Formats: sequence, C-alpha cells, structure tokens
Amino acid sequence: MCATCGCDHDANVTITKTGETQYKPVKPANLLQIPSPSHHHLPVSKEIQLERDILHKNNLRAKHNREHFRSKHIFSVNLVSSPGSGKTSLLERTLRDLKNEMQFYVIEGDQQTMNDANRIAATGVTAVQINTGKGCHLDADMVHRAIHQLEPAENSVVFIENVGNLVCPAMFDLGENDRVAVISVTEGDDKPIKYPDMFASAELCIINKIDLLPYVNFNVEKAKEYALRVNPNLKFLELSVTSGEGMFYWYRWLKAKAFFCFSTQLQKAG
Amino acid sequence: MHELSIVMGIVDIASEEAKRHHAHKIDSIELEIGTMAGVELDALDFAWDVGVKDTLLEHSQRKIETVEAMARCTNCDTVFKVTEPYAPCPMCDNLLLEYLSGKELRVKSLTIS
Repeated sequence: MCATCGCDHDANVTITKTGETQYKPVKPANLLQIPSPSHHHLPVSKEIQLERDILHKNNLRAKHNREHFRSKHIFSVNLVSSPGSGKTSLLERTLRDLKNEMQFYVIEGDQQTMNDANRIAATGVTAVQINTGKGCHLDADMVHRAIHQLEPAENSVVFIENVGNLVCPAMFDLGENDRVAVISVTEGDDKPIKYPDMFASAELCIINKIDLLPYVNFNVEKAKEYALRVNPNLKFLELSVTSGEGMFYWYRWLKAKAFFCFSTQLQKAG
Repeated sequence: MHELSIVMGIVDIASEEAKRHHAHKIDSIELEIGTMAGVELDALDFAWDVGVKDTLLEHSQRKIETVEAMARCTNCDTVFKVTEPYAPCPMCDNLLLEYLSGKELRVKSLTIS
C-alpha cells in the first residue's frame, strides 16, 4: 500500500541508514495500467462478492513484523504524537541513559531529511530514516523494509518514531508491541478528544514538558480525563525530558515491558 | 489525509480481482465503510479522483454503504447506536464499551465485464 497523502506515490519513500547516501528507488512499473481490451469476448457483466478488508495488506505485513519481533524477543514501541511534542528528544535522552543496560535500534519516520536519524546516531545507537515524501504516516511495509536494513539483534528494543501527526498514523498497525502517544503541555489539554482515534489505540500516554506547567494553561487532570473517555485502559506518565523529572517511571515501564519480552527466551533456554 | 492510501488499497484489491477474472472493465464497485472507520467521506471523495486515475476504476460507478456504529456496554449490556464516537453508555455512563460494528472498511463487491 502506498503511504500517500495528496498526490504522491510510495516510489518516493526512501529508507536510509545513517552514514549512507540517500537514494531514490526506481519507480516500479505501473501495475495498475488499463490492459488493452480483449477482442475475443463480448463484454459480459459479472458481479463478484469480495468482502475484502481494505487494510488487509497492511495488516498482513504488520502481522509478519509482529511475528519477526516475537521470534527474536524484541520489544517494539510505536511512538505517535503531533509534531513538536518531543518524541525525538525523549528518545535521545532515553538512549543516552539506558544504552549500557539494553540494546536499542531506532526507525525514524519523517516526510523529509535525515535530521532525526542523525540525532539518534549521535547517541551511538543504530538508526534508519524512512522519508515518506508526501506521506503522512508510516505503514507496515515501510517498517518491514526498515527492519531488514536494521537487522535488530535478539533481546533488543526497537523504537519506531512515527511521522508527527495525530490523525493518520492511528489507522496503520505497524506490528509493534505497544503504541505510546506523546502530548506536551504546550498543546491544548483537549487533544485527546479532538483526536480520539490516536488515544483509543495507545497503551500509554506520556505527558511531556511538565517543567513548563507553571507557564502554560494546561490542565493535566483534564487531559487525562479526556483521554480516559476514549480509552478507559490508557496509562499515563508525566515527565520532562529537559529536567529529567518523571523519567525514572518511563524507564521503569520500558524495562518491565522489555524484560517481559526477553524473558520468554530465558524461560525457553532454562 | 490518509484517505489516498485507502483509495490506493481499494485500487490494488479491485485491480487484482479484475486481473484474476481477465476483466477489462470494472463497471461498479461497492464499498462498506463504518462511521468509526476513521475515514472522512469528503476526503475520500477528494482522494478518489486522484487515486483511480489511469486504473480500471477510473470510470467505475462507486457505491458506498455506510455502516452505523453499534456498541454494547460492558457494565449493563445495553446495545446502542453510537451517535458520537467514544461517548459513554446512555444508560449507565460506563465508558468501557464493546464496539459491535462501525469499524468496517471493506470492498464489498465488484461488477466487471
């Protein structure tokens, strides 16, 4: 499936490992061109009942990714948010603080530039950049291709930083273990009911930039109440990547989840 | 605006099926879209013309069957029509609901010749 938004085709999607040159893949031959009409038969109309799920292809590929992660005991997180809520900064700090305890890999999704992957690479963690061109979300096929570039080791954590957008990424399962939605206190506290699908499909909601709370009109309790309306099972963490406040709880969540994935391997080995 | 991705998915499904049946024309296509499927019909309309250009669907008649969202309350078992997505149970205000329908996003049928 094409991850297009507006007028593009997925031939414009590029996946680049940091340190490598970005390349534009050759546009595949258009398989959808109208074949020349058959002159052997007179046209006879025929109805075909299909009942085919439109997201079936994406979901199949997501299932494949999930199976890949599971077989290698990898914990994968799909980070979603609006642009500017601090996903990349959260990753940078997390990787710097925990890279000696766990092995990490990062898949970065943006419309353009290698900037985010380069920021991640500066922490010493291997990253690939998916540039979606005009696309507004990552899909399972892009992530599948990125996994093959990354080749993550067993018992590791793979972060997938989605394109900053609270609408479109909600629909596309990437095969991740958990979806984490990030909002920051510089946004409106009613984001969760304005963009309910994203919060309905998340496991955890991180409220970032809490060091700025004294200066902004953001009601944390109201934001949580709104988010719980769309997802009564949602969990919350309040933190500030800049000051470090609350990061301990994020690390505790991450380690608990990751070690649970790793432990299925230990149980088998034991 | 992920609706163009959705249209491309529809084009893929329809073209594959048409090819399988050696059809040279898709006369009509019927879609089934739930009110909670995350698809804006206006945006789909906008994306449709761009997405189906130069494909077998370019001149096809498109029918959309909208599927109403229905939910069952996990507390009092009331089954109700969802008029506002993610709104609580009208009987007991419980938020934990089981959605019975409304997330459909399917190609229901094709007429080919």
